[in-house]
Amino acid sequence: MKKHILLSLFALLLSFSMNAQSHPKDKHDHDHSEHADHDHGDHSHDNHKHDGKAHDDHAHGDHGCHFHHHPEGQEYTPKDVANTAFHHISDANVYSIGPWQIPLPCILYAPETGWDVFLSSKFKFKSTGHGDGYSAYKGYILDAGTVKRITDPSFPRDVDEVPLQGIIHKTEMVDGKEKTVAYACTGEAMYRTDPKSIADAGIFGGGISSFYDFSITKNVTSMIIVFFGMLWLFLRVAKSYVTRNGMAPKGLQSFIESIFVFIQDEVAKPFLGHKYLKYQPFLMAIFFFVLGLNLWGQIPFFGGANVTGNIGVTMVLAIFAFLVVNLSGNKHYWEHIIAMPGVPKWVLTILTPVEFLGIFIKPLTLMLRLFANITAGHMVIIVFVSLIFMFSKGGTSMAGGLGTAVGSTLLTIFMMAIELLVAFIQAFVFTILTASYLGAAVEEPHHH
Amino acid sequence: MIFLAIDFSVIKPDFGLIFWTTIIFGLFWLLIGKYAFGPIANALKVREDEIQGSLDEAKKAREEMANLNAENEKILAETREERSKILKEAKDTKESIINEAKETARAEAQKIANSAKMEIEAEKKAAIADIKSQVGTMALDIAEKVIKKELNGSPEHESLVARFVDDIKLN
Repeated sequence: MKKHILLSLFALLLSFSMNAQSHPKDKHDHDHSEHADHDHGDHSHDNHKHDGKAHDDHAHGDHGCHFHHHPEGQEYTPKDVANTAFHHISDANVYSIGPWQIPLPCILYAPETGWDVFLSSKFKFKSTGHGDGYSAYKGYILDAGTVKRITDPSFPRDVDEVPLQGIIHKTEMVDGKEKTVAYACTGEAMYRTDPKSIADAGIFGGGISSFYDFSITKNVTSMIIVFFGMLWLFLRVAKSYVTRNGMAPKGLQSFIESIFVFIQDEVAKPFLGHKYLKYQPFLMAIFFFVLGLNLWGQIPFFGGANVTGNIGVTMVLAIFAFLVVNLSGNKHYWEHIIAMPGVPKWVLTILTPVEFLGIFIKPLTLMLRLFANITAGHMVIIVFVSLIFMFSKGGTSMAGGLGTAVGSTLLTIFMMAIELLVAFIQAFVFTILTASYLGAAVEEPHHH
Repeated sequence: MIFLAIDFSVIKPDFGLIFWTTIIFGLFWLLIGKYAFGPIANALKVREDEIQGSLDEAKKAREEMANLNAENEKILAETREERSKILKEAKDTKESIINEAKETARAEAQKIANSAKMEIEAEKKAAIADIKSQVGTMALDIAEKVIKKELNGSPEHESLVARFVDDIKLN
């Protein structure tokens, strides 16, 4: 009986992964042409043209100003592959299940205009599109699923909803750095937009912009779903320890217990010794939260939310680990960082700064490792699928398309299997490293 | 540089996502940690201790059983020895009783035979004495009758007769 369920589950996954291949094609038809259009041109020239025609644009509307209209036979270039991949791994203000876009609540704050809360359906995006809003709402636009804010003060603000003719992306030099800036066209004029504020201190070209996005995004929605799923699962399992007290574990309890005991015996106990019960809930929370989100993102055609592949999420998890480790650190731990006992004074001048930096480098590596692994996995799968559209030359080359489809399907299935493994491994690695840092922080001094 | 309409946004930590992740993971840790991970870990520990306890107990019981068996064996051996001892004793006792009885019976028989012999002897002696006296009297009578004619009742004759009577041995 169980074998049948497993088999049908496998078949379902397989059919999803097959469907996933037709997915970007739909996208391509509707959406990607926009990027392709821009990508083909010489951009400095493109910009120059826009700048030069600025007056005409205002008068007659912009020819480059449109949403996605796909000219037949348009080639699908490596740049389009990159765009597709970046789009799919990004967080978004819409949730895509299969070809459908589901609106999500937007909670936006701009110091200039205050709080705005509305559903992203106000942007009038197409339910089977790419997540481009066909209207601006309260001075915000939806560009490929992401909210941006129109900064131009001349944008009409007397009405909430302003229909758009299109969204244009230009490369501009901002503070000596090349940046892609989105412009919203109303048909009368183009209005510059700001991306949301980013907590990267400007390192990755982000920084504080004119607004903050506290929306329930695709990633937040995924976290909420996984949170409630896990809550239901674990409360059920915890309950069965009460109702089945004194009996052997069974079913779900038995399944979860095997994973639970694995983490307990391989991670918590070896590193924390007799203190394991105190810190185990934190380690388990890290493990199951990361595992749950990793697996949630692996479900093909179900949003493929790249939650643990977003540095914002891994950053928070790493900060939690950092705080738990350092707030639990005992005298012995700090002594070894500030002044390693038994080391000559002059060596300490090198060692202490290194040890001090280590406090921060450890969570930093936790953050980057999880982020990079999950993002890479998601991208590889998208790229494999995208190859089909690249080699079919926008649907004109049947042989190229079919040939790549076979190879890509096999590679994608293989990658998905690897990713399933990676989901477990990365959750385990994050947990075991946190446990080892924690173990070092709470270790009792040994007298050598 | 490749122009991309969509940037590599996943490397940009977004304030909203940081905010919500903090809240959701915080709640996850708090709620599931408190109501699931803690109780499960405790239940597992209790069960582990229970299993260890049961195993230890079983081991102890087995050892006790082995001890008991050894003791039983010992007792059995002792009992067997005791039995054979008792049997031996009983046999000895039987023999001694039989022997004693035999001895007693023999002695009694001897005694009875002796006394019978003595009685017979006495009876015989009395009878002989009786016969002797009767024979003497008879002889005396006869002799008197005979002698009456020849002998007088002189003492010489009487002693002579008595000597004669004594010489007669009735055997």
